Amino acid sequence: MGTMLASPAFARTIAGLPWSPAQTSTPQSLVGQHFLTAAEKHCLDALTGRLIPSDEYGPGAPEAGVTTFIDRQLAGFFGRGDRWYMQAPFRDGIPGQGYQSEHAPAQLYRRALASLDAFCRATFGGRLYAELETEAQDELLRQMEAGDLSLEGVSAETFFGLLWENTIEGFFCDPLYGGNRDMVGWKLVGFPGARYDYRDVLDHNGAPVRLEPVGLMGGPQWRVD
Amino acid sequence: MPRKLPETDVVLVGFGWTAAILAQELTQAGLRVLALERGGWRDTPTHFPPTVAPDELRFYWRKEMFQDNARETLTFRNNTGQMALPMRRWGSFLPGEGVGGAGVHWNGQTYRFLPSDFEAASHNVKRYGPLADGLTVQDYGVTYDELEPHFDRFEKLCGIGGVAGNLNGDIQASGNRFEGWRSSNYPNPPMEMTFAQHRFAEAAQALGHRPYPAPSANMSRPYVNPLGVQLGPCSYCGFCEKYGCGNYSKASPQTTILPVLMQHPNFTLKTHNEVLHITRDSTGRRATGVVHVDLEGETYEQPAQIVILCAYQLHNTRLMMLSGIGEIYDPRTGEGLLGKNYCYQVVSSVDVFYEDKFTNQFAGAGALGMMIDEFNGDNFDHAGLGFIGGGYIACWTTNARPIETHRTPEGTPEWGSAWKKAVAENFLKSTSISTHGASMAHAANHLDLDPTYKDVHGRPLMRMTYDFTANDRAMTAHLTEQARRIGERMGGREIRVKPRQGPYDSMPYQTTHNTGGTIMGSNPANSVVNRYLQSWEVPNLFVMGAGVFPQNAGYNPTGTVAALTYWAAEAIKTRYLRDPGPLVRI
Ligand SMILES: Cc1cc2nc3c(=O)[nH]c(=O)nc-3n(C[C@H](O)[C@H](O)[C@H](O)COP(=O)(O)OP(=O)(O)OC[C@H]3O[C@@H](n4cnc5c(N)ncnc54)[C@H](O)[C@@H]3O)c2cc1C
Ligand code: SF4
Repeated sequence: MGTMLASPAFARTIAGLPWSPAQTSTPQSLVGQHFLTAAEKHCLDALTGRLIPSDEYGPGAPEAGVTTFIDRQLAGFFGRGDRWYMQAPFRDGIPGQGYQSEHAPAQLYRRALASLDAFCRATFGGRLYAELETEAQDELLRQMEAGDLSLEGVSAETFFGLLWENTIEGFFCDPLYGGNRDMVGWKLVGFPGARYDYRDVLDHNGAPVRLEPVGLMGGPQWRVD
Repeated sequence: MPRKLPETDVVLVGFGWTAAILAQELTQAGLRVLALERGGWRDTPTHFPPTVAPDELRFYWRKEMFQDNARETLTFRNNTGQMALPMRRWGSFLPGEGVGGAGVHWNGQTYRFLPSDFEAASHNVKRYGPLADGLTVQDYGVTYDELEPHFDRFEKLCGIGGVAGNLNGDIQASGNRFEGWRSSNYPNPPMEMTFAQHRFAEAAQALGHRPYPAPSANMSRPYVNPLGVQLGPCSYCGFCEKYGCGNYSKASPQTTILPVLMQHPNFTLKTHNEVLHITRDSTGRRATGVVHVDLEGETYEQPAQIVILCAYQLHNTRLMMLSGIGEIYDPRTGEGLLGKNYCYQVVSSVDVFYEDKFTNQFAGAGALGMMIDEFNGDNFDHAGLGFIGGGYIACWTTNARPIETHRTPEGTPEWGSAWKKAVAENFLKSTSISTHGASMAHAANHLDLDPTYKDVHGRPLMRMTYDFTANDRAMTAHLTEQARRIGERMGGREIRVKPRQGPYDSMPYQTTHNTGGTIMGSNPANSVVNRYLQSWEVPNLFVMGAGVFPQNAGYNPTGTVAALTYWAAEAIKTRYLRDPGPLVRI
């Protein structure tokens, strides 16, 4: 079973209600766990900063802690693909068959980030992706998205898909996972988070309902470093 | 060699919605019942209290309560000309795992199929002439009238909130006038609607439709069910489908049956025990029990008088295949019945964006919606339309967790500053109309065993060959157009039509409404199980779940799945136990 499970899994025979106190299945924040190197984080900050930039609407992905989030996720069961079916043979499929890379997410990031920086160095006079002008960075992202960029050893399109998915996750997840720092993602859109009771506001009839967001660990003043 | 265990009267394979119902019914009848569930124990205060449940990353995106893909998945292709590849992670549907099955994290949209849905072949042939080429649509072999008392039981078990449309034949103005007759009203009033539903209802009404509140298993008020189990009022928390409910407000096995069942001396549950196959005697006509394996890899032989598959449509079908009971369907010859008539649900949507109105869609619930049935089933004249079947059109306020739902108007770039701006501007000011269409059985769509890929035990994965049919494409285009017409009248700044086009894609979430594969019917030449969900080939084996649907209807399945389960339980209790053997003789 996945190591994600808070309580250990074991087979058992149950008669009666087996509830016992103080066994709440708490989330795993993966605080302090790392997978990425400094160079990889640098590249990832640049990539996610173009996907969700800092601008007049508020902080972008790097400021929201998306790189921290991805770093922790890649260090855990997600990065290892522990809950994905990763048996061979691996073949390129049609889009409707989804992810078919032989690399679990952590290894896919590792290869893609290295190949992207190698490509940039070779093409842009020794500069890394993070050192390019934003227009050039955007153009490379567009090419990856469209499958028009060939990166050594990985599908740029598959990487783009996963990167964009994880960037959105890191921008909007509960802050306990290291992303959505200070709830900037939730504040940007007006999502009140984990409040769990909206009976009082149901008859808003189209008027704004402004509620400060609340996360699983508390209010917006709470922060993860 | 598996270790042989003492015999039980009934073994239930899986412990989700259908198993919980059967366990309650059969222990009450005095039988010793054992349920084998491959996932773990789950209860509200431990696994999804309000301080834990509203976690979008953990429960939806990291799929904590869904089936572990690493151990077993499906392979998928659109047609036999392609190579099926494994779904390396779940997407389009999310099979449940653990006590309560998908009943823990469903929405609670709870319907009775229309009377004509049960007679989809004969009804449509009579009205419109022969079925189109390739359609393998069949009658269920059981009628709405026969199932009515069983629908009623499930609605009362769950405390469904709604408004009757047809009380014993009397049409009620504010309910669904197309529904089959009901012997009593819903046990609870409908949920409290919010802004988007009001706008949808007004627009639908202006077009001459009759909107009605969707029947909901999210409690509209405190409720004590007939087993004496108490449910609390829904707080419209917005973390409903794909999440467990922390408030005891969503009907699930945990909140309706388990507190009573688990205390019954005749009932035993074994968790983290996966059933590998059904065993039979030398005649092959009698099931002797099942073989199961625990997490440590220890295998056991569990003898039983009656074996009942409750492992969800996909796994029921695969377990039949792995046990060698029945012939697997071959689309080239049309021979074989196991895996035949795999169907799904054909959905589309129309987003509505407001300029200065707030939908505040974070305040919602899994089954909070207004809907119309004018284009469902055969509620409208299909002459000249080129398809049979239909679906409902609804405006739900649910799903508005921001990783999953961040609607943007037509023409918005997919990322970057412009995307961010559009998401920021529209998150609180948008809603969506869904069309939820039937899926008609076709000779080309089927399930069988994959020749290449294996599960954690080294056994073949099931292979799904599926694409939308010409019938269903015409159906969904028609429904989407009706939804567009409603959306345009909801007073928004603009709409965005999201039709169902192109080949079926196994990745974006659509519904967990997989049907067929172990279909029911009138005789052993057209079905795997008879009208009592009893195997034709092995009479002490029963198969529950939506796998018995010969084709899928426009509604969500669970109301009908549960009614069929109660119906089968009654046949077992009142007839099978007295005279064990085939309940239908041909
Ligand atoms: C997100 C979501 C939303 C949904 N919303 C709705 C809705 O609004 N309305 C509606 O009508 N339906 C809805 N459904 C569908 C509904 O949940 C199912 O129809 C219902 O749970 C089916 O009951 P079941 O008993 O057949 O299967 P389940 O309830 O899924 O139970 C099957 C159990 O069998 C176990 N199992 C499988 N294989 C084995 C094995 N080999 N050995 C031992 N155990 C095994 C599984 O672990 C699981 O616990 C939804 C489903 C999902 C996932
Ligand atoms: S919306 Fe209601 S029923 Fe659904 S999980 Fe929240 S409180 Fe429970």
